[in-house]
Amino acid sequence: MTATILPHPLLSLAVFVVWILLSNHVSVGVFVLAAVIAVAVPSMTAVYWPGRPSVRRPMVILEYAAIVLYDIVVSNIEVAKLVLFRRGDSLNSTFITVPLDLESPEAVTVLAGTITMTPGTLTADYDHEGHTLMVHCLNLKDEAEAVAQIKQRYESRLLRIFQ
Amino acid sequence: MYLIADIVISIVLVIGGFFIFVGSFGLAKLPDTMRRLHGPTKATTLGVGSILIASMLYFLIGQGNLSFHELLVTIFLFLTAPVSANVIAKAYLRKNGDGKSDADAERRTPAEKAAPVR
Repeated sequence: MTATILPHPLLSLAVFVVWILLSNHVSVGVFVLAAVIAVAVPSMTAVYWPGRPSVRRPMVILEYAAIVLYDIVVSNIEVAKLVLFRRGDSLNSTFITVPLDLESPEAVTVLAGTITMTPGTLTADYDHEGHTLMVHCLNLKDEAEAVAQIKQRYESRLLRIFQ
Repeated sequence: MYLIADIVISIVLVIGGFFIFVGSFGLAKLPDTMRRLHGPTKATTLGVGSILIASMLYFLIGQGNLSFHELLVTIFLFLTAPVSANVIAKAYLRKNGDGKSDADAERRTPAEKAAPVR
């Protein structure tokens, strides 16, 4: 029953909240319209999103968000330093391969997005067969260390959230 | 009170402008496509974030109402920036052969790195 009306309950909730925030005021009309859209959009797009990811441990999600926000601030300062004070050619830019333990496509998407937003790294490609992410580093110091940092800092927490 | 708020908002705005400038400067300065991608995806995030914080503070203190549009802008930015960066990276990889040969091309020897190439 809920599967046909609400294929993605969390998506419905997100759409509902985002619509209310978009209209920026609270009234009955806004709530009704938000509810209609929250039901209509997920059911129309359910065809393109067959899986139903299980998301657990809200505390870990908060912890993850805090860590990522902190890393974004640090990474901005790091990248700003590299851009301003180093000649472009002197940067040791290279691709590294990160093997993945994550299974669900949603979790891999979150990890890829996080890598792009954080210190000097950028997700370039996802290898479906080898189950690895190809990551471009702006200034690589030690490949093993960079891979270990991604796995410990982000992937271990995503594993706890998504599995 | 209003003077302090104005000063704080101004400082946040200047920080935001600085990081957006660095992001655009990196896009212009760095030598190849993959390196250029790093500037706009990261430096700009904090830049836009600071300006949005300034906007929230301005409307909260100056006009007394809390605006959530800035939060939404942040969320949409976090969703779209990695996707666009990924699409550009994929297009680059496709144009320049498969990933492995490309990684080899970018992995230069120390002697080549030390050479004063401009």
